[in-house]
Amino acid sequence: MAKFTKKRGKSKPAISTASLPDIIFMLLFFFMMVTVLRDSDLKLQVNTPEATELTKLEEKSLVNYIYVGKPTKQYQQVYGTSPRIQLGDKISTVEDIPLFLEQHKVKLPEAKRSRITSSLRVDGEVTMGIVQDVKTKLRKSNQLKVNYSAGKRSEELN
Amino acid sequence: MAKTSTRDRMSNEINAGSMADIAFLLLIFFLVTTTIAEDKGILVKLPPWSDEEPDITKLKERNVYSVLVNAQNQLLVREEPMRLANLRESTKEFIMNPNNMPNMAESPQNAIISLKNDRGTNYQTYLAVYNELKGAYQELWDDLANKRYGEPYTDDMEFAKRKSIREEIPFVISEAEPTSFGDEQ
Repeated sequence: MAKFTKKRGKSKPAISTASLPDIIFMLLFFFMMVTVLRDSDLKLQVNTPEATELTKLEEKSLVNYIYVGKPTKQYQQVYGTSPRIQLGDKISTVEDIPLFLEQHKVKLPEAKRSRITSSLRVDGEVTMGIVQDVKTKLRKSNQLKVNYSAGKRSEELN
Repeated sequence: MAKTSTRDRMSNEINAGSMADIAFLLLIFFLVTTTIAEDKGILVKLPPWSDEEPDITKLKERNVYSVLVNAQNQLLVREEPMRLANLRESTKEFIMNPNNMPNMAESPQNAIISLKNDRGTNYQTYLAVYNELKGAYQELWDDLANKRYGEPYTDDMEFAKRKSIREEIPFVISEAEPTSFGDEQ
């Protein structure tokens, strides 16, 4: 080590750090693009099933999310262990769905309202009963575009 | 090194040149590990609500492809048990009816899929079944699009072409009110 410093003497190689901010900005921009801001934190365990025939959802502002699943550990004491529905950031019942849809609808311009999609994020383990109730409510509220949220399946069916 | 006095060391600046490398390392690490959260799923158009049940008894039996899923997540297709893996092929055969069988759809326009599940059916199974049915149609559209226009059926296709294909093989699925034999969670 001592030898090494001696050889170079006092001439310090000045490496320009001017590009550092650029790099940090790059990082920042990357994460700003990628990160999906979740405005509501999940109180339910939702592991969506996998499928192959997927459609990508365009225009996030036209999508409202309905979560169905069992409450997570910390909420189990309050809400029990049977599957519940979460609208926005609170656990609700099917009866609250029309109001929830209406609240989302009024924020949008009239021309776009026909393109509103409901994204159903349902846990794979949930039975169809509660999902059926949600579907019936959506049909009664005339919200017919529905997207069953699912991940991409890669392996073959058995 | 031993000879450098404390004062010398004080004036030494920390070399910030390697910071860039560290930042890059971080960047690459996150690039590799992040899965870009995409909102994907099976798009479904629900039928408008009406108080009376649609009457499918008026339809000819040969045109109706009934798929039942029970609370044990078992499949009953046209009165016969079936494995999920065979559903897609079997549905395709029913719709197109290549051998003009008397018990299959008269034409793709007449074919109707009737899906019925129990309130105790797992959502996962339900979605898998729906996925297979939709997949069968998707494959048929693909075949037709390839034959007619030499391109696969995608959303980027011209609207007129897509429309003509969908008129040739319309996706008609009727979901009956589910039974409630099984246990719900």
